[in-house]
Amino acid sequence: MASGIKDKVVILGMGCSKFGERWDASPADLMVEAFEECLADAGIEKKDIEMGWFGAGIDAYNVGSSALPLSLALRLSNIPVTKVENMCATGTEAFRGAVYAVASGACDIALALGVEKLKDVGYGGLPQRTRGVENDMFWPNLSAPGSFAQLASGYRAKHGIDKTELKRAMAHVSVKSHANGAKNPKAHLRREITEEQAINAPYIAEPIGLYDCCGVSDGSACAIVTTPEIARRLGKTDLVSVKALQLAVSNGDEASFSDWDGSYLKTTRIAAQRAYNEAGIKKPREEISMTEVHDCFSITELVTMEDLQLSDEGKAVRDVLNGDFDAGGRIPCQIDGGLKCFGHPIGASGLRMIYENYLQFQGRAGDRQLSNARLALNHNLGGFPHQNICSISIIGRYE
Amino acid sequence: MFGITAYGAYIPRSRLSRAAIADANDWFDASLRGLAKGERSVCNWDEDTITMAVEAGQDCLSLLDAGSVGALYLASTTLPFLDRQNSVVVSQALNLGDRLRTMDVSASQRAATSALITMLEAGGPDKGSAMLVASEHRRSKCGSRAEMLWGDGAAALGVGNEGVIAEYLGCETYVTDFVDHYRGEDSTLDYEWEERWIRDEGYLKSVPLAATRLLEKAGLKAGDIAHFVLASDQAKTPSAVAKALGVATEAVVDNRIASMGVSGAAHPILMLTAALEAAKPGDLIMLAGFGQGTDVVLFRATDQINKRRPKTGFAGALERRRTDENYNRFLSFNNLVERETGKRGELDKQSYLAAMYRKRDLLTGFIGGKCRECGTIQIPKENYCVNPDCGALHSQDDYPMSALPGRVKTWTADRLTFDWNPPAYFGLVEFDGGGRMMMDFTEVEAGSIETGVAVSLHFRIRQFDNQRGFRKYFWKATPSGQ
Repeated sequence: MASGIKDKVVILGMGCSKFGERWDASPADLMVEAFEECLADAGIEKKDIEMGWFGAGIDAYNVGSSALPLSLALRLSNIPVTKVENMCATGTEAFRGAVYAVASGACDIALALGVEKLKDVGYGGLPQRTRGVENDMFWPNLSAPGSFAQLASGYRAKHGIDKTELKRAMAHVSVKSHANGAKNPKAHLRREITEEQAINAPYIAEPIGLYDCCGVSDGSACAIVTTPEIARRLGKTDLVSVKALQLAVSNGDEASFSDWDGSYLKTTRIAAQRAYNEAGIKKPREEISMTEVHDCFSITELVTMEDLQLSDEGKAVRDVLNGDFDAGGRIPCQIDGGLKCFGHPIGASGLRMIYENYLQFQGRAGDRQLSNARLALNHNLGGFPHQNICSISIIGRYE
Repeated sequence: MFGITAYGAYIPRSRLSRAAIADANDWFDASLRGLAKGERSVCNWDEDTITMAVEAGQDCLSLLDAGSVGALYLASTTLPFLDRQNSVVVSQALNLGDRLRTMDVSASQRAATSALITMLEAGGPDKGSAMLVASEHRRSKCGSRAEMLWGDGAAALGVGNEGVIAEYLGCETYVTDFVDHYRGEDSTLDYEWEERWIRDEGYLKSVPLAATRLLEKAGLKAGDIAHFVLASDQAKTPSAVAKALGVATEAVVDNRIASMGVSGAAHPILMLTAALEAAKPGDLIMLAGFGQGTDVVLFRATDQINKRRPKTGFAGALERRRTDENYNRFLSFNNLVERETGKRGELDKQSYLAAMYRKRDLLTGFIGGKCRECGTIQIPKENYCVNPDCGALHSQDDYPMSALPGRVKTWTADRLTFDWNPPAYFGLVEFDGGGRMMMDFTEVEAGSIETGVAVSLHFRIRQFDNQRGFRKYFWKATPSGQ
């Protein structure tokens, strides 16, 4: 039986660019911004990095999809660099590659960097993309909000929840994230909103309104990882380690076979349980101090609370409205503003979440600092509720 | 006995109020106000001659075994493809198999009656039944008389020996190069000559001539005709022709200009389906088709006429309607204005023909798979059975699913994605008996979709590849009863 990744790898340094509409910044500019912060934080030199993983989810940023953009932008010294891409789980995938390389002993110090430049397309929302030669011929004409909006119809039907009540809980999710994002200088959206604003905003995809959608942002985030021994040798104290890295990928069951009712994310449930097992977590509600979940849309965050076992099934609306996941609540969610307000540059998001964990554990989170945070869960969901990739990372103090 | 054995009809649900057309255009031509009565049928953006033909064909197949169809003729002057046999697309969407004769018949308003005569004169095909589908989606100029009076629609007929509802008695054709209107190869719009000349020198001379010849040949009298079908966008002309011929006024089949408009080459067959629904056993039916001469065909209703009724039929198709007052949307759907699509509408829609051919069973036939090992029904059909407890390799038999009823599991109305008629509705559909698919919806009226709502499937345009003049089709779900 494999022993898992728990405590085998620690974070040596992290960096994150300002997220937002970075009209004047190229992908390379964003990468350098995150990387320079990360390198300074790690206290090493560029030449000490032995391997790299590059995550970018949408554009190839070079001639074809490859690791070249990272190596070129950072002028890395011809080290092995791998491009990874797994939709919205891309950032976590880059991190996983680097962590596994260190854990395997293949190298001592590895870099993971994710970037996305979404604001070069000329319109709001994610770029309209092909879904592949075959799928384009029969897939529904869906946008990202359109695909996730369906969670609301499934959830309402299953739990008999009134439209207005669900919309109010969805609004609460966004109001909370805006309040958190307002305290984060690197966040894309930094204005607080009211529940009325969220409820009355025009529909993007029923019942998802404008304020139920996350920011579409440019940005980059990056981590340098190593072993606990090397980190200590380099003079690091207050170590932050990887407790679990899990991935669950749909196999067609939800879309083509099972009685999945569209009210939850099957892969999240599977990945969460695997991650708890890997991290040795028996009672997530008591042990997890904070979460950064894939709040691409407010309804996704709401159902994810149940999928992560942080709310009872059918009770997320109650718990959300009760403030359980607010900054001062039972288990704060998106203390940095989340995808909603920090922003969602696809390839960077998983690493951005870990960046916030890292700051919180080191007491460097400024106005949004939580007291005594020990264990954080990060969740990404790439794709669509009926067919997706879920990644979960659990990060904590190395004790 | 040989003759018509089945029929089916399709009229687009959307009915544009003629007052809306007049409101937009009478500043230019005040005479349009005089025509502004009732409504006309209008194709949705995702409907065309092929999709309407499939709908009418499906209705006809509610009376006919698809396996018995040995020939399919598609008649229209608005075929989406000039070189790609449109009838083959229709036959594959109807799952008629790969052993049948197919043919497109075009280039005249009597295309459908001429095709029908050919089928009737050829006798029964090897497999027993032949099927005619007539379908028309004509474009017309903004603010024209044609825009006011025309409509879109399709009809289908089965011809054979089994279950004859109208016995074939004979036909006659009078041919003359009478050019009342035309559409050249470089134009998508018609050019018409004067209405009065068309009536006096066209209808009133040509139709009586052919009809009289046929009646003489058949030994029948005009006064015996109980149903006289003559499609025309001239409201009073069919009665005038009937009078000249000696056909009783009450035998003239109303062309439903007020409720749907005249559907071009499809209209004679569509009006014949209306006549078949009204006919009593023994009734004599004359069908006339006018265009560079006249086709006339005689039928006599059998005692089966009231027993064999299609699922929807003409009355059902006419009744299934949705009022539309939006003239601008009509112009947009018919490409009569250059419209802003937003940047999302700019995505390249390349048509990958090799992949399309490989996927034809799914795309055109909506054929899924049924696992021989565990019985699981699944669509798309893939290599391994999707049931995790089975997972058998290459274990699925073809399983046609286009006729299966389904229910909505999840849904939304998407205003972000590009759609010609936003919001775009789609969701997860679960089929009765098994199988599920995330798919587009069409013909959704606001407020009509909810989890659990019953849906039926319809063959529709999925995407236009305007850059290369291609269009792709697939199946969409529609709330039942809409």
